[in-house]
Amino acid sequence: MTGLSDAAVSRLKKVGNWPEFPTGRYSALQEIGRGGMGTIYLARDEELGREVAIKIPNALASSVMDRRLHSEARALASLEHPGIVPIHDAGRLADGRIFYVMKRVEGRTLDDHLQQVTDIGERLRVFERLCDPVAFAHARGIVHRDLKPENVMVGAFGEVMVMDWGLATNLSEQSDTGSVIGTRGFMAPEQARGEPIDERADVYALGAILFLLLTDVPPSSGRDTASALAQRQVPRALKAICAKALAPDPQTRYRSVKALGEDVARYRAGSAVEAHRETFVEKVARVGRAYRTAILLVLGYIIMRTLVALLAGW
Amino acid sequence: MDHPGFPATRLSVIERIRDANPEARREAFGDLVEGYWKPLYKYLRITWRLDSEDARDLTQAFFADAFQKSWLERFEPGKARFRTFVRMCADRFAMNARQSAGRLKRGGGAQTVSLDFDGAEREVLALHRSGQPEPEEFFHQEFVRSLFEKTVEELRSEYAASGRAVHFTLFEKYDLVPVEGVSYAQLAREFNLTPTQVTNYLAQVRRRFRERALSTLSGLCGSEQEFRREARELFGVEI
Repeated sequence: MTGLSDAAVSRLKKVGNWPEFPTGRYSALQEIGRGGMGTIYLARDEELGREVAIKIPNALASSVMDRRLHSEARALASLEHPGIVPIHDAGRLADGRIFYVMKRVEGRTLDDHLQQVTDIGERLRVFERLCDPVAFAHARGIVHRDLKPENVMVGAFGEVMVMDWGLATNLSEQSDTGSVIGTRGFMAPEQARGEPIDERADVYALGAILFLLLTDVPPSSGRDTASALAQRQVPRALKAICAKALAPDPQTRYRSVKALGEDVARYRAGSAVEAHRETFVEKVARVGRAYRTAILLVLGYIIMRTLVALLAGW
Repeated sequence: MDHPGFPATRLSVIERIRDANPEARREAFGDLVEGYWKPLYKYLRITWRLDSEDARDLTQAFFADAFQKSWLERFEPGKARFRTFVRMCADRFAMNARQSAGRLKRGGGAQTVSLDFDGAEREVLALHRSGQPEPEEFFHQEFVRSLFEKTVEELRSEYAASGRAVHFTLFEKYDLVPVEGVSYAQLAREFNLTPTQVTNYLAQVRRRFRERALSTLSGLCGSEQEFRREARELFGVEI
C-alpha cells in the first residue's frame, strides 16, 4: 500500500484511544480535558438526545485507576448539591475501562474567570459559593484533596461548581496515607508530607485559592504566604482570613470550611470577622463603611435642621 | 480484571537483540529493521539530502553493519530513547560514509535486505514540505507512520483471513481515507448493516488496531519505561 497521509496518521492516533461504548448509547464528540488520571470527553447521549461529559481513565489496564474512578463516581453519586456536578450513569468501555457520565458543565474555570473579573467583591462572592459544596461534602465525610482553580467552574449565570473529585477520599476509609497526592501550592503541609488528613486540608487549599483571588499571584509551596499577603493592598480582615486558612498547623486553621465561608460572608456583609481582632479605629471605620448611606442621611438631616434653625433665628 | 484492549507486550528490542541464541537475535534484528528501515530511508533522503540510490545503499549498509558489529546493542536506556539512539547512530554512520568518500556506498559489502525502497521513494516524492524539517521530529513522525502502515496491513490480513473483511472496509472508509461528511448511517446503508453494527465493528477494529500497534511498539522500544512513555504520547494511554 502507499504511505498513510499525515491526516490518516493523526486520525489513527485519535481513534486508537477513542472511547467506544458497547451499548451505543453514547458517542464521544471531542476531548475537552485531560488530567493525570483521566480524560473527559464531550459526548452525546443518543437515548436522551443531550450532550454529556464522560470521564475515562488514561490507564489501559490499571486496577488502581479503575478503582479510583469507580470511587470518584460513587463519591459524586452520594453528593447531590447544586455546586457539585451530578453523575448520570457509569459503565465499562468496549476495552474494559470504566467510565462515568456526568452533566456537561458550561462555563469557564476559575483561572479563566479571574482573567476577566478583577472586582474583589465579585471574586469573594465566587469564593463564598465555592465553600458551600466543599462544606456539604465534608458533612458527608468526603474530602476533595485537590481543590485548585482548574477544578472550579464558574457558569454563565454565576453558578460555581467543584469538579474533579478523582482524589477525593472518604475520611472513614482513608487508606492511602504515606503517598503524596494533590497539587503543589494548593496542598496542605500535612498532605504534602503524606500524613493522614482531615477537612482542614481542604481549608488550606481554599485558603490558597483565596490568596490567589486577593493577590493574582498563585501561592507557591515554601513561600511565606503571610508576608506575601502583608505586602499587598488587601484589607487587614481579608489578610487575616487568608492567613488563618493557610496556617501551616492544622490546629490553628479554621476548624471547617463552613467556618471559613462564614467568615468571608461576615466580611462581605461588613461585620467583624472571626480571624481578626480589630482595634477601636478599625471598628469605627468598618461600621462607617457598612452604614455609610444611613450615616450620610442622618448627617444630612442634622445639617439641614441646623441650617433651618439658624436661618429661622436670623 | 479483564481488559480486552490491553496489548500483548513484548520484550524490549535491546533485550531481544542481546539474546545469546543467534536465531532469536536474528529474528529480533529482523523486527528492528522492519520497524526502522523506512523512517531511516526517508530521514536520509530528506534531512541528509541523499539521492535515492545513496539513501537506499546507506540504509542497508547501516543495518548490516549494526548487525555484524553489534553497536546498536550498546544502547543505554537511561540516556535517550532507542529511536533517538538509532537516529544518532544513523547520523554518525552517514557522516562517516560521507567522509570516507563513498566507501560504504553501493552496499559497501553489506548484505542486501529485501525492502520496498521503490514504495518508500514514492512516499518521499509525495511529501510536501516547506523548508528543512527538525530531524528528531521528522524521524519520529516517519517512525509512527511506518508503525501504523505495518499495523494497518496486518489488520487487513487478519480481518480478511477471518472472513470479516467488511469490518476492515468500514475502518478504511471511516478512519483511513474518510470521505468528507461520511456518517455511520451512510455506511450502514451502503453495507446493509444497522448503525449499531457499524459502531461495534468500527470499535472492534480500532481496538485491535491499538492493541497491534502497541504490541509492535513494545518490541521496538529500548525499555519498558520508554514503551510506556511512547504509548502515552502515541495514544494518550497509560500502560
